[in-house]
Amino acid sequence: MTDFVLFDEEFQQIKEVIGRLKADAQAKVVFIVDKNGQQIAAQGDLESLDTTSLASLTAGNVAATDGLAKLIGEKEFPVLFHEGEKDNVYIAIVDQRVILVIIFDERSSLGLVRLRVRKATQDLERVFVAIQRKVEEEKERRQEGIDSPFAEITDEDIDSLFRE
Amino acid sequence: MTFINYAAREINCKIVYYGPGLCGKTTNLQYIYDRTNPAAKGKLISLATETDRTLFFDFLPLDLGTVRGFKTRFHLYTVPGQVFYDASRKLILKGVDGVVFVADSQEARMDANAESLQNLEKNLRDHGFDLATIPYVLQLNKRDLPTAIPADEMYRQLNYKGEPTFEATAPTGIGVFDTLKAVAKQVLMELRKK
Repeated sequence: MTDFVLFDEEFQQIKEVIGRLKADAQAKVVFIVDKNGQQIAAQGDLESLDTTSLASLTAGNVAATDGLAKLIGEKEFPVLFHEGEKDNVYIAIVDQRVILVIIFDERSSLGLVRLRVRKATQDLERVFVAIQRKVEEEKERRQEGIDSPFAEITDEDIDSLFRE
Repeated sequence: MTFINYAAREINCKIVYYGPGLCGKTTNLQYIYDRTNPAAKGKLISLATETDRTLFFDFLPLDLGTVRGFKTRFHLYTVPGQVFYDASRKLILKGVDGVVFVADSQEARMDANAESLQNLEKNLRDHGFDLATIPYVLQLNKRDLPTAIPADEMYRQLNYKGEPTFEATAPTGIGVFDTLKAVAKQVLMELRKK
């Protein structure tokens, strides 16, 4: 299975897209998680948020909902919405691979978020297609004998991680 | 599926603790959480029932340190062990990099161990993984119980491919970190091949 690789150029592009989405949708926080629960990028007021836990729970939530969709014969539920007393969470699947999460309060609205997400999703899809292309190019280069930076990891490197 | 983030210089890996109900998967994570420096760990999340049985998963993020200038982050997950939670259990294996199988040493649980191991093999296959090639460690847990059967007998029944095997008593931590180290090491070794 291919690893998911994120390069600096695309990371900046992703941050730019979700930063713009955060402003346009008047959201508190916008972040992107891969379907395995790894956080890719985040924008907004992150100080008070445990984004690692959020990423893992979001992915769990999406995975459970995906399972539910398949049980009733749907391909997926591309959008999930959780309404709270103060804060709401809007979750959208991008390119069937990554998850876009928007946290917003009464300063915004579901309609506005939905509208802005549609535009941002298209931009993000373009970036993820570019990442995929780059990963494949990288793989070809490796087959031509150019090694990955991890090819030289030694036993000593790994053992040193576990020293007290 | 390892997530390599060149922008943040991080490697993120996912390790799943698998095994039959009440074999001690959550106890492994709890011990690791209790004994890890606060700066190197995140919150331990348990999605459990009111009686503390795992309902969906436990999750513990760990920072192990730096390798070749990349921060190594491990996300540890447990699955719900009870047989009827199979749909949820399968979801947790998505994108896994390494698996720990926690076996219960009590004689009465040997059938449950074997059944769970078969279930692991099947669920991995459904995600496109092969237990024969994925980083994998076997832990023989509950060695302190009087009803524990001999370790070599367990190994004979549960050994899949000559994987590293550790005897453990998870509540007191015996074997817990050895198991984690062995699986983390295999996962990082895999990176070298890619």
